[in-house]
Amino acid sequence: MSFLQLQNLTKCFGDTTAVSTLSLDVAQGEFVSLLGPSGCGKTTTLQMIAGFEAPSEGRVVVNGRDITDTPANRRGIGIVFQSYALFPHMTVFQNVSFGLEMRGTARAEREGRVGEVLELVHLGAFARRYPRELSGGQQQRVALARALVINPELLLLDEPLSALDAKIREDMQIELRAIQRTVGTTTILVTHDQAEAMALSDRIAVMNQGRLVQVDVPYRTYEFPESVFVSGFLGKANLLPGEVVGEDGDELEVRVAPDRVFAAPGPAPGQRVQLSLRPEKLVLVNAGEGRLPGTVRARIFLGHHWVYQVDTPLGQWLVSRQNTGEEGVPEGATVGVDWQTREVRVLGAETVHG
Amino acid sequence: MASPRTPYWLSAPAVALFVAVFLMPLLMTALLSFYSFDFYQGIQPGFSLENYLEVLRDDYFHEIFLRTYGISLAVTLICVVIGTPEAYILNRMRNPWKSLFLLVVIGPLLISVVVRTLGWALLFGREGPINQLLTGVGLVERPLRLMFSTGGVVIALVHVLVPFMVLSVWAALQKLDPATERAGLSLGASEFTVLRRIVLPQIMPGVLSGSLIVFALTASAFATPSILGGRRLKVVATTVYDEYLNTLNWPLGAAIAVVLLIANALVIVSYNRFIERRYAQVFG
Repeated sequence: MSFLQLQNLTKCFGDTTAVSTLSLDVAQGEFVSLLGPSGCGKTTTLQMIAGFEAPSEGRVVVNGRDITDTPANRRGIGIVFQSYALFPHMTVFQNVSFGLEMRGTARAEREGRVGEVLELVHLGAFARRYPRELSGGQQQRVALARALVINPELLLLDEPLSALDAKIREDMQIELRAIQRTVGTTTILVTHDQAEAMALSDRIAVMNQGRLVQVDVPYRTYEFPESVFVSGFLGKANLLPGEVVGEDGDELEVRVAPDRVFAAPGPAPGQRVQLSLRPEKLVLVNAGEGRLPGTVRARIFLGHHWVYQVDTPLGQWLVSRQNTGEEGVPEGATVGVDWQTREVRVLGAETVHG
Repeated sequence: MASPRTPYWLSAPAVALFVAVFLMPLLMTALLSFYSFDFYQGIQPGFSLENYLEVLRDDYFHEIFLRTYGISLAVTLICVVIGTPEAYILNRMRNPWKSLFLLVVIGPLLISVVVRTLGWALLFGREGPINQLLTGVGLVERPLRLMFSTGGVVIALVHVLVPFMVLSVWAALQKLDPATERAGLSLGASEFTVLRRIVLPQIMPGVLSGSLIVFALTASAFATPSILGGRRLKVVATTVYDEYLNTLNWPLGAAIAVVLLIANALVIVSYNRFIERRYAQVFG
């Protein structure tokens, strides 16, 4: 049985529905991200799991216990807040020790346990400092230590890395993942950053407009998006609206312009479809070759790859090309764009889970 | 091009005003306090410390100073006890109630202290509504003496000064991250423990600076003690007034005023230092 079960969670604020019939099962020790744009209901979902918002409908079950009506301070869930929410008037030690104190842990045991957790987040030497004397990354670790010290059944992370610099954020991602693996706590991460979700999670639950739209492992969510929304939210995609005009075994014929028909792998979700082509699946070939002619309008060098903006008869496309060490195709060059039929994704309207 | 001196010239009018209406009178009061006074010959210029010695030696003045600071302490404590929860509750309200009640709290500041105090005088009378209610319900047998009593002055001063406390705590609450309260709850603290261990320590600087404002304003309050306390319940400010206008002993009045000023300044400076030392490390 799943460790955490969200059953038909719904939250309405007046006339607006923030979260609608959301169901999600999370296994013990699993790291799941709720990913979506702001206002998609991911934070409200987290608040309902934490007990800060009461669901309008639905249940929250942890380890077989229904905690829907349990007050937040009796749930025993560890939370890392977006602002870290460290107690500014307490030292690092006092911050981390607070949760144990509330549980009535004896002083000697408390000291040992706090020391252990601070070592885990590499802050052993900072116990006597006040939060404002620490850097953002260090404050973030204190927040993590404070949440973990109570041995929570469940760890909730609310955009924990969004306030950090890009460089520190990457380091913290790796560290956060390592710590979560070490302690093995079932973890829910809320984020709007698709790279963060992909880097950290075992599974990604993509949300849009209060609903779950796709739940899968990062690789599959990225490679096989089930909707236009997911394909656009995780990574970039060139989208072509079209109509299925023929079917040949596994292969579809999709008309994307009066004079252009592309092949795509089936089955078709309907008559009207969208073809999605990831920039890194496209290749630039010599003019006159490939499936589509184009002109390089602009290019950006990003170190490990180039991004080309290519004007084609079907609009402006993004093509990404790995940096192989050679000077890339210059701006203004006439090129052809090509791809493999199996790299094309055929998407229908939004699919809703649960 | 503006010369580097321009800012000084531009601030000259304000400086002149400040010197004319604040520093000069203060200096003249200080000088006056060293003059002597004779019943038949009036004020005698000179330099003597006899006024100060009188203030410092006479039990009559000791009592007045003790009463003044006793009232200040009581008013400050009551303002803390009333104003802090008031600000917290106000801060937790949602609009439009929040704005409405903030206006209600600050509203009294829009009315003259004299008018408000006269209102209290009406309520406090022997036959006033408060006594009628208390005797009517049977809580007291004889009407309470609220006019010309320390209790009455304290109640009215609390009413006058509690908005300052609310505003000061309110300002501190704006800096409080509401997520810290949630963090406390998530770690298993009760609502009360969150208030005591997490909210209160964070707004303490606001409570302390509010106390300072209330204390200083009470110690130098004139209108309220003069209307509700009159001659029978003198505080320092009303004593100074009486020396000037009834006894006509201006030098003695000036000396009392200077002693009050110095005492207040001492209290404020040492209290401020205490706050700074206590909170510098934590809140920076």
